[in-house]
Amino acid sequence: MKSILDIEHISKLFLISHQGLPYLSLRERLTGLLRGREKQEPFWALQDISFSVAPGESLGIIGKNGAGKSTLLKILSRITTPTSGRIVSRGRIASLLEVGTGFHLELTGRENIYMNGSILGMRRAEIAASFDQIVDFSGVENFLDTPIKHYSSGMQLRLAFAVAAHLEPEILIIDEVLAVGDAEFQKKCLKKMEDVAGQGRTILFVSHNMDAVTSLCKKGVFLKQGRVEGYGDIHEIVRDYYDETHHNSMTLEKGAVRAIGIVQQDDKLVLSVSYEHDAVIDFPNLGFSIRDMFGHPLAGTNPMKSQVDMRPYKPARAGHIEVVISSPKLMEGTYQLYVWFGDSRRNFFETKDPILFQVTKMSTGQGRNAKLDGYIIPECQWNFF
Amino acid sequence: MLQISFILCRCKRSGRCDNGEDTLENSRTMKDLKDVLIIEPPRKFSLNLTEIWQYRELFYFFTWRDVKVKYKQTALGVVWVVMQPLLMVVIFTLFFGRTLKINTAPLPYPLFVFSGLLLWNFFSSSIITAGNSMLNNASIIKKIYFPRIIIPTSSLLVSFIDLSIAFVVFLGMLMYYAVDVSLLSMLIFWPLALLITVIGTLGLGSLLSALTVKYRDFRYVVPFGLQLALFVSPVIYPATVTGHAWVGYCLAVNPMYAAITLFRAGLMPMTFDMPLLFISMVSTVIFLMLGLYYFRRTEAYFADIA
Repeated sequence: MKSILDIEHISKLFLISHQGLPYLSLRERLTGLLRGREKQEPFWALQDISFSVAPGESLGIIGKNGAGKSTLLKILSRITTPTSGRIVSRGRIASLLEVGTGFHLELTGRENIYMNGSILGMRRAEIAASFDQIVDFSGVENFLDTPIKHYSSGMQLRLAFAVAAHLEPEILIIDEVLAVGDAEFQKKCLKKMEDVAGQGRTILFVSHNMDAVTSLCKKGVFLKQGRVEGYGDIHEIVRDYYDETHHNSMTLEKGAVRAIGIVQQDDKLVLSVSYEHDAVIDFPNLGFSIRDMFGHPLAGTNPMKSQVDMRPYKPARAGHIEVVISSPKLMEGTYQLYVWFGDSRRNFFETKDPILFQVTKMSTGQGRNAKLDGYIIPECQWNFF
Repeated sequence: MLQISFILCRCKRSGRCDNGEDTLENSRTMKDLKDVLIIEPPRKFSLNLTEIWQYRELFYFFTWRDVKVKYKQTALGVVWVVMQPLLMVVIFTLFFGRTLKINTAPLPYPLFVFSGLLLWNFFSSSIITAGNSMLNNASIIKKIYFPRIIIPTSSLLVSFIDLSIAFVVFLGMLMYYAVDVSLLSMLIFWPLALLITVIGTLGLGSLLSALTVKYRDFRYVVPFGLQLALFVSPVIYPATVTGHAWVGYCLAVNPMYAAITLFRAGLMPMTFDMPLLFISMVSTVIFLMLGLYYFRRTEAYFADIA
């Protein structure tokens, strides 16, 4: 079958100027004329990306932060242009790069539906035709004629997603919209996207949530440092991605933190960190954050917040920290760990990409096959009268 | 094997297959061919009017949004549209008409200055909003594609609504003063004056909106420049007061010179300074070409730097 989208040798070059700001003031431009051009460093965000998408296919695009996913989507949705290469698309493309684009706080819900819909590329007649469905999906019918500045952020988001979900392009680009909203709404969104995929719409889906990617997509592209590292069956691609990511531990050659590891020991999690700094640290401070696969924080703390007594510690340049986390108890699944290290005043280290870890059978409270709500196993005493 | 696929191909192309699926496939490819979109690095300059036409509804929505938001939280709302030019007319009449006794016969001074302010206010408010428009809409530009020229253009449309309301007030004033005007000259000169205003405003507005994205200085330069420009345009005094010939030539580079002069020609019989009028009209067209050219050339990078 003829492909609906051909991406042929796409590259994108950014010139990074060391002054930081991409725009100039006239004065800088004028003095630049006298001093000669300022040095700009080339940075290839994408290099020679090629793949095709068949009609009705849903393709997951995965990769770490900075791998070029967003740049690729921006080129596909024509927000920015490629430096070389070309893309042939045989259908209307719409993107949900961020829901709620073009929302104006002073306008009412009704007015924003029309404004947002038309910016996303819907005709006025199309919006009018699906208006009731949009309102129904968003659940804000009682506030339609209220300016959205009086809406809660959740309501704004639901309205925005409702408009975007009723777009009817041949190719739909979705980027991490799932990372927002409450759990119930997320489920609703995933369901809607599955419906859309089921209708034979072509979908490009970018996410860090491997569960969502595997349930929604059959094929995947794995981007690494602006290049296609892998293309094919989504399960293989996700496996490749996992092989590339840090599991349970991470070692570093330089910097204040040299090793991080997290393991499950029975019903506890044990986090261990080795550090080595060029100066004596009076008060080593280690913070951690455990997040779900959407990136939502679940639990996290540091000795300052927990008011830990640091008196036994002797100031040193290097050392080892062990944190035994006995609560909360987590559900079975994969979680993300972020670590921060510093002293009372300064930051020495921060993880950019998460370390993934698995949790299995932390508590007897979790029944077999029983998928409970959320991530944390509640411990309760049941009284029936 | 090769032959079979060849036959299938021909069959599809001629659309004579009686197999239901194949016909569907056929109609699909036909439709797809029309929708083919090619994304490439920016190359040759083109205005791409067909694309702008496809997105025409967005003009309406951007204008509608800006008009709504503009008057939504004001107590007096549209009254401001009427008050603003009227107050300016009163002040200019007191200071320039009475005190400096500028001779504008046969037009009474208030009418004279209003006729200039009508177009001038449209010009200046369009230029200010158009200049900032790309930055004000940066959040949209960074996320959604549409022809960017819609944004500065809809700033003009917003000001055009103010112009229409002020124009009605102007007509009322014309009747109040019972000025003897010829309908014919109004019908000839007014549309022409409006056309020149719109062309010049669009040109300068798109140029400044593109420049502002790149050089933030223009946010401060534009309002200041417009203040100066009010005094070098024949708004509050007739163009004939400028002494030296070369001063006249310099001032005529301003598109509003031709626009205001022609608009007044609809009100009173006057002799035109043809060379000056010509300079002004040529410069209007040059502004339009320069503005659209620069805008189209730089718009591909707006999302990267806005």
